[in-house]
Amino acid sequence: MSIPLNPRYRFETYVVGAANRLAATAAKAVAESPGSVYNPLFIYAGSGLGKTHLLMGIGHAALAINPQLRCEYLTLDEFVEAFNAAIGAGQGEAYRKRYAEVDLLLVDDVQFLTHRREMQAELLRLTNSMLSTGRQIVLSSDRQPGEIEALDERLIQRFAGGLVIDIAAPDFETRVAILRRQAEERRASFSPDVLETVAAIGASSVRELIGALNRLIALQAVSETAIDAAQARAILGRGGDEEPPAKAEAKPAPARAGGGGTEAPSDEFGAFLSDVVSTVVQQVEAWRSRVGEAILRWEGEGYRTTRLSALLEEEAPSDPDMALQEFSKDIERLRLLQAEAVELDPALAGAAVFRDPDNVEEARLQVERARQGTLPPPAPAPIWQLADFVEGPGSLLALKAARSVIAEPGRVYNPLVIVGGSGVGKTHLLHGIGNELAKAPGGVVACLSAQDLIDDLIKAIDKNRVNWWRARYRRITALLLDDIHLIAGKERTQEELFWLFNLLHQATRQMVFTCSVPLAQLTGIETRLLTRLEGGLVVELPLPEREARVAIVERLLREKVGEADRELADYLAGRPVDSVRALQGLVQRVLNAADSEQVRPTAALARPLLEGAPAAPVRRTSSGRTSGVLTPAASLRSREKVVWDWPDIGDRLIEDLR
Amino acid sequence: MSLVNFTSREITCKLVYYGPGRSGKTTNLHYVYGRVPESRRGRMVSLATQTDRTLFFDFLPLDLGVISGFTTRFQLYTVPGQVYYDATRKLVLQGADGVVFVADSQARRLDDNVESLQNLQVNLLQQGVDVRQFPVVLQYNKQDLPRDLILTPDELDEALNFRNVKSFSADAVRGTGVFETLKGISELVLKRLAAGTPA
Repeated sequence: MSIPLNPRYRFETYVVGAANRLAATAAKAVAESPGSVYNPLFIYAGSGLGKTHLLMGIGHAALAINPQLRCEYLTLDEFVEAFNAAIGAGQGEAYRKRYAEVDLLLVDDVQFLTHRREMQAELLRLTNSMLSTGRQIVLSSDRQPGEIEALDERLIQRFAGGLVIDIAAPDFETRVAILRRQAEERRASFSPDVLETVAAIGASSVRELIGALNRLIALQAVSETAIDAAQARAILGRGGDEEPPAKAEAKPAPARAGGGGTEAPSDEFGAFLSDVVSTVVQQVEAWRSRVGEAILRWEGEGYRTTRLSALLEEEAPSDPDMALQEFSKDIERLRLLQAEAVELDPALAGAAVFRDPDNVEEARLQVERARQGTLPPPAPAPIWQLADFVEGPGSLLALKAARSVIAEPGRVYNPLVIVGGSGVGKTHLLHGIGNELAKAPGGVVACLSAQDLIDDLIKAIDKNRVNWWRARYRRITALLLDDIHLIAGKERTQEELFWLFNLLHQATRQMVFTCSVPLAQLTGIETRLLTRLEGGLVVELPLPEREARVAIVERLLREKVGEADRELADYLAGRPVDSVRALQGLVQRVLNAADSEQVRPTAALARPLLEGAPAAPVRRTSSGRTSGVLTPAASLRSREKVVWDWPDIGDRLIEDLR
Repeated sequence: MSLVNFTSREITCKLVYYGPGRSGKTTNLHYVYGRVPESRRGRMVSLATQTDRTLFFDFLPLDLGVISGFTTRFQLYTVPGQVYYDATRKLVLQGADGVVFVADSQARRLDDNVESLQNLQVNLLQQGVDVRQFPVVLQYNKQDLPRDLILTPDELDEALNFRNVKSFSADAVRGTGVFETLKGISELVLKRLAAGTPA
């Protein structure tokens, strides 16, 4: 909001009399359904008759009905000033846009439009745009639109198109009611005839009326007894039958006025007191304007000022200046956090979380996340557990090394490099170690293939967030990198890995690498990295021996069909394979065959399948064509009933055409 | 001393009447005392010698009641004007929120006025007070004396008011200008609240 609505100016505190009933009713109607009844609503009245009160009342009531409503109150002067400032700063469009988003615009004192051609044009444009989009505009002035000097005819017409309504000076009864309400608000009590006396002094505006009442309140605070009507008349100096209390000037104090204590209280002190009262009230209330200014400033910079708005609603906050200071501090913290966040991740620039000083903690967490990398680094795959890794004499060394690493990560073998041919279980072992390491409290294990690391880095470079990428990996407690040989020739990745390696090594965080060729045969990898890899423990993971292979097959069979045929396992493990992966392929073939024939997988089934020509293609060959018809699952039980190979469609088409 | 205490909801103003000896500081306080209803004033403490000269200081507490939820108190002090009581002056000046400098309008006392004003500046500076920001008003007392004995307010302004602060003509014995001066200084002191700087 441009200017905070004065919390005292509500419909509830607006005294309605004959003179302003129409205006008040129209205002309420507008507040209840902005933009649909009287649009624009133009209220005019002499100074001090309640225009501003009514305008702010509309704002309060409309916001009470719909808190999401964007409501803005401003005086024309501020409108002009802001406009000039915006034009001066070359931000004219931003200024227009700001008002284009307001649902309810309350403009006070439009009589100052006189002779301001460009502002009239601006207001006309704004009014048109608000009217055409059904948003409410309410204006107030001290005279009718037609009487505002040199006002654009088109504006007059626009205003006349809505409702132009006036507020007259309140009648006697209304004046008494206003005084009564005012006195109640100020917690002062007067007898009714005093208020009537004040109401009868012929004040030309409500403001003047309240001013008179204020004088009485101040004086009542000084005097011991309640003020009566005659005194009130005297004090207000409006022709009463009694003289006002003796003035000090008329009655000079005797020399050495020390004895003056016995004299009747002079109104000299009363006048002084009422002066002090008004100064104190002004100054004590001055915090409101300071808070208002702060709201304007921070909102202008795009920060949420809910806390300050809430402060304004309070009658007497314990320490507004402290609250303002706190608020500024929070904003400063947000700025620092935002700067850091942007450094880590440019995508965070302008994130809403850095605009809410009431939620610095959230912003801090956001930065924390950014610092750690918004995404955790790739974790080890849960399907590869170390417990499932079948142990054999050949893998004993590697497994032992793995277990020491798990028992004391970073301390015994750092890095651990597992070398082995393709498909011997390096990845399984690596992820198995990763899963174990991740069980440690606070463990953040990055387990990924070198190729993924390279892709990730390229993506980060592309999006200009290498810092973010680095931060993401620097917080990990263990780095497990599969297929390290893939970084050959990738200079940037090697460079980053080199730094990461050093960092993790110094922090005694475990690193495990796998490599499909012995390190000595690696080419295209910088020596500084290579020597570091060799500086740990390099273990070889050979193809499992026959016994281990039997165990692997048995486990696979148990997994797939629930039982393991010992003979089948023995047979399959005896087949010449060069990797565990190939062995798994064999098992799968046998299982497929057994499935299609609906028999249990046995060695008898496997033997012709693996040694002779394949009885039936277990898988669809690439040259095969399908009908494209999806058969129901049940019919698939009998594979013979499905036509897997169709003649060439070209031939069929030619046949059909003939 | 914090002028406005939002926590205990108190406003306390310490105002000090400063000036050369026999310029009328105590008379100012006596006049105020005489105009304040009994319930609003505390006992006026006046430590005077046989010849009615302020030896230590005068103290007049005023209770202005609750204003806008703040218990408001004014404490009026005078300092002894004589040159040799500087230690007392320093003591009284401590924690002051505002100073009324009561000048003697008699032409022959001009040098005393200047000397006392300089003494005020020195003492304020010693307390680390920024004299340019500090609330001070001038009162040209004894303006009721015959024209040929006194300097006019304009002449006194010329001689003393180089900081261009508010100045008031007064006849403290009859009370002319006393409350105007008090109002002037109170307003200055209270308005410092707006800037949020405790005096």
